[in-house]
Amino acid sequence: MDFINNTLAVFPALLVAVPVVVQLALGAMLLALVLGLLIALARISSIKILRGVATFYLEVIRGTPLLVQLVYIFFVLPSIGVEIEPVPAGILGLGLNYAAYLSEVFRSAILSVEHGQTEAALSLGYTPSKTLWKVVIPQSFVVSMGPIGNYFIAMIKDTALTSVIAVTEILKTANILNSQTFQTTAIYTAAAILYLIISLPLSRVVVVLERKARASG
Amino acid sequence: MADETIIDVRDVHKTFISETKRTLWSKLTGRPHVEKRVEVLKGVDLVVHRGETIAILGSSGSGKSTLLRCINKLETIEAGRIYVNGHLIGYEERDGELIAEKASITAQKRTDIGFVFQHFNLFLNKTALGNVMAPLRDVKKLSAAEARNIAVPNLEMVGLADKMENYPSKLSGGQKQRVAIARALAMEPSVMLFDEPTSALDPELVGEVLAVIKKIAQQGTTMVIVTHEMQFARDIADRIVVMDQGVIVEEGPPSRIFTTPEHPKTRALLSRSGILPG
Ligand SMILES: Nc1ncnc2c1ncn2[C@@H]1O[C@H](COP(=O)(O)OP(=O)(O)OP(=O)(O)O)[C@@H](O)[C@H]1O
Ligand SMILES: [Mg+2]
Repeated sequence: MDFINNTLAVFPALLVAVPVVVQLALGAMLLALVLGLLIALARISSIKILRGVATFYLEVIRGTPLLVQLVYIFFVLPSIGVEIEPVPAGILGLGLNYAAYLSEVFRSAILSVEHGQTEAALSLGYTPSKTLWKVVIPQSFVVSMGPIGNYFIAMIKDTALTSVIAVTEILKTANILNSQTFQTTAIYTAAAILYLIISLPLSRVVVVLERKARASG
Repeated sequence: MADETIIDVRDVHKTFISETKRTLWSKLTGRPHVEKRVEVLKGVDLVVHRGETIAILGSSGSGKSTLLRCINKLETIEAGRIYVNGHLIGYEERDGELIAEKASITAQKRTDIGFVFQHFNLFLNKTALGNVMAPLRDVKKLSAAEARNIAVPNLEMVGLADKMENYPSKLSGGQKQRVAIARALAMEPSVMLFDEPTSALDPELVGEVLAVIKKIAQQGTTMVIVTHEMQFARDIADRIVVMDQGVIVEEGPPSRIFTTPEHPKTRALLSRSGILPG
């Protein structure tokens, strides 16, 4: 019983970190969505240099650990004069990383829209770029909803990595509490449960989104 | 002006080049990759006048779809000229050379050419009404109310007054094709091009689509229809055009083509369809 009471007692202290997690996840997701779409468009563009740059970016991001990327942004960039506060650095690191993965989601979603619809739009007088923005991209967003949701949940869990770059999110807060009270089991159990409480409802939302996307397709 | 020219296709040539993919081996050995060239249109001339209904017949692979697709620049051409309503399609002409024109200019010219595809190609994320309204709003920049005022009568005309809120997934093939026809017609093009509009339909749904096309023809719309429906072509066309291996081999009124065809390919085609005794 002590264990349960101790764990419950830790929650209020950890809840303080939830707004930071929300800030990190929303900020990084917004960045990842915008940049991801741009990378996806670059990857399918007819301009060779754009394709090359986008592919290079993708390979670098996917070929290195997120943890290393965060450390790089926070500890290495200052040596060339770019100093970024912990939370913005966390948003930047997570956003740049997830942009690469989301770009693959967008790319396959864009390619999944039947070519016939593109031809129909062109035949009706849509310019190529209008066809992309009015016909193809809206439909690829619907297809992407589920995968985007899953990446969002993964990102919430990955915010824990920003604890190494001095962001006082849930894990860092737990670390600090632990160094003060040494209630290791209660503290980290509470932290784990807190992540679960955030991500479980979101998983349900994703399931619903996926069902909706399938129904409209 | 009974003889006003709407479509003027002059000596059009089209070659498809399919390149085989460069393999690692071909790169290592420096062997040039093979390209396959198929000349699909070998000098096609065709004039369509205002109000005319033209049916293009021909065996599979003779270049019918390609010709239609060239007319609204879904395909490029290597030589020749295509004019619609006096506008050169897809190119600018400088010192007798064809130079690709800006995509936005081609787009503008395409609003004057309706195209109906074999596989409907509806926007799957929009209702029947949404499909017809979309180009009116996105291309013609009409307000929602104006677009609706045009879209609704067009959907009624194709007999879909009660299906306007249905998504394509909740429409039969025949209904989808009628939405596609309404969508093209709503743009008020000078000419409608149909590429085998009933070939992807279950036999029992062919009739409803042909009936709509016939109705449009009777309203005086200029149209070109590629079809394998011989009886239909005979019924509605003012002129039959027969293609074979990339050229037009014969053209004339259905009354003559279907009774006394001159070209052996036409005769072969008609006897294969059971219209002429073999
Ligand atoms: N994108 C393409 N790339 C290469 N070859 C093509 C392409 N499109 C068509 N062809 C070839 O061009 C020729 C003419 O094709 P087209 O589709 O115009 O024929 P069609 O008369 O419409 O035939 P069908 O009655 O089967 O529709 C065919 O031999 C076809 O294989
Ligand atoms: Mg064809």
